[in-house]
Amino acid sequence: MSVDGDEVKILHGPDHPLSVGWTKSQKMTLFEDSAQPLILESGGILGTVEVEYETYGRLNDLASNAVLVCHALTGDAHAAGWDQEPAGALREFRKKKPGWWDSMIGPGKAIDTKRFFVVCVNVLGSCYGSTGPGSLNSETGRPWGLSFPVVTVGDWARVQMELLTRLGVSKLCSVIGGSMGGQIGLELALAYPERVGSMIILSAGHRVTNQGLAFNAVGRHAIIHDHNFKSGDYYGGPSPLMGLAAARMMAQITYLSEESLGHKFGRRLRGKESPDFTLTEIEFEMESYLSHQAESFVRRYDANSYLYMTRAMDYYDAAEKWGQGDLTKTAARLKARTMVVSFTSDWLFPPELCRELVSAMCRAGCPVSYVNIPSRYGHDAFLVETEAVRRLITIFLKD
Amino acid sequence: MADDVFKFPEGTITRAELMDLTMTHFLGKLREQYEIVRPIPSRRWQDKVILGEIVPGCTVLDLGCGRGELLGQLITDMGVKGQAVELDPEAAMAAMELGVPVLNLDLNEVLGDFPDHSFDYVILESTLQTLREPLRVMGEILRVGRRAIVSFPNFGHWRVRLDLAIRGRMPVTQGLPYGWYDTPNIHLFTLADFLDWCQASQVKLDQGFALVDGQVHPLMEDSNLSAEEVLVFLEKE
Repeated sequence: MSVDGDEVKILHGPDHPLSVGWTKSQKMTLFEDSAQPLILESGGILGTVEVEYETYGRLNDLASNAVLVCHALTGDAHAAGWDQEPAGALREFRKKKPGWWDSMIGPGKAIDTKRFFVVCVNVLGSCYGSTGPGSLNSETGRPWGLSFPVVTVGDWARVQMELLTRLGVSKLCSVIGGSMGGQIGLELALAYPERVGSMIILSAGHRVTNQGLAFNAVGRHAIIHDHNFKSGDYYGGPSPLMGLAAARMMAQITYLSEESLGHKFGRRLRGKESPDFTLTEIEFEMESYLSHQAESFVRRYDANSYLYMTRAMDYYDAAEKWGQGDLTKTAARLKARTMVVSFTSDWLFPPELCRELVSAMCRAGCPVSYVNIPSRYGHDAFLVETEAVRRLITIFLKD
Repeated sequence: MADDVFKFPEGTITRAELMDLTMTHFLGKLREQYEIVRPIPSRRWQDKVILGEIVPGCTVLDLGCGRGELLGQLITDMGVKGQAVELDPEAAMAAMELGVPVLNLDLNEVLGDFPDHSFDYVILESTLQTLREPLRVMGEILRVGRRAIVSFPNFGHWRVRLDLAIRGRMPVTQGLPYGWYDTPNIHLFTLADFLDWCQASQVKLDQGFALVDGQVHPLMEDSNLSAEEVLVFLEKE
């Protein structure tokens, strides 16, 4: 299992009554008015942005039942159901599994599509349909590569709100996100306090930890120094797969915990009783697992997008942005009914970090719910501990 | 000590054991009688009193909210802005289901997060005697809230005294239903003890209520003997 649902547990097929069924991604062009392009927080300018999204359920007459679900680092807009026709090599994996949060979204599920109009939007800079480094730059006719401007969590929130406006949603009933998706949810509630009714933040905080920042740096280092990287201008030729694989393997470790690694593999040798005393071949189950994870990941993700995603997470600091470094001042902006959920063994977004936001809300006089779920699954827990998460979401979204 | 042993067809028994049996029998009879006449409150009596005393639209912090019945009702019916803290995850989730914002944490961990006088009322029901540092928490409650609402079982109640004096055993009553080995009540005190502390700590008693024979009365002179449980509204002077 991984934070973006690399090994989504398949509950049922598209014909099951609890499934949203076959899905089809949708696209919308935003900021097409050349007089009003998208001015990014980095100062970069994007005229005409294409956004890929999926929706499940129906928007009611009052447009009051919209729930925005925000995906994590390497996720996509395909949050539930089965992709009718996965287009392109990166989406091959969709033939074998449903959307990344199929366990939560569907008719009669925690995010009940009979009640809610659920929207999931692929973030800018990603490689799953929204404009990103792999898209063609209309001015040059070539892929953007690293000339694509740096995007931030704030930009994502803005683009998603713009899309929601176009879909007829002026106020979200709720925004729900885990990990990077939790950062987007928080940013939306801070940037548009009047437009977010409630939010659930899972395994996320107002910033990444120092260790998180460091891990992201190592991941990017591996990609940038792959000899196929060619300053990001590798489209059409061999991709920096080794670098991306290394980045993924390392990240994968941060998604698990000492206990879950032990439970999965421990020190077990791979298909043998005693070691072969080799330095270059696989000896441990652990190595085999990591390389398998990396192999399937590089088939479905773009290295440049990985750089943009991790950078955006690095830059995000809600306290800096909204409170001149003061998180209490930042939290005082919030009007959304809020629930924060952390998991005991998560060391990428540890409970202490999630608690900082909760404490700030208490100091700011904002009522808040907080649960620290006992789990051994590390950061992955927010996708793995489906029973606990399902219950909390159901309770929180109750009328 | 052979003469201290009584012989019966069923076996032998020591004087001490016989005394104990007799007292237990006597107390059991007394209690039976007592339980029969005693009306059982339909819900936590403290909740009822609090619901009657709290001003609509105020802010309330409920520490150890349980399943959130009180704060849920305050929020829904009286427009109270509420925050709850509950350590038990099941109870916390039940409270959330009632629309109560709950921090599923130990109250010792969270009190420091709240600014001075950030709530009109801070409620601590039947919890003070379970805390490791009850006075530190009382201090915090009186800092965070303009008023504190605190309830506790009264160790000075006559039945408690009787159990201890005659049976020589730790009392087990409806208000104190645990054995000595599994009780969460680690700091037992009487109403008189508590009032002494209030006086010594410049804490003003605004109002007080006592549960006597299943009925709620205002606090009186003899409450330390008659009250099973006590509910007080306090303010720092």
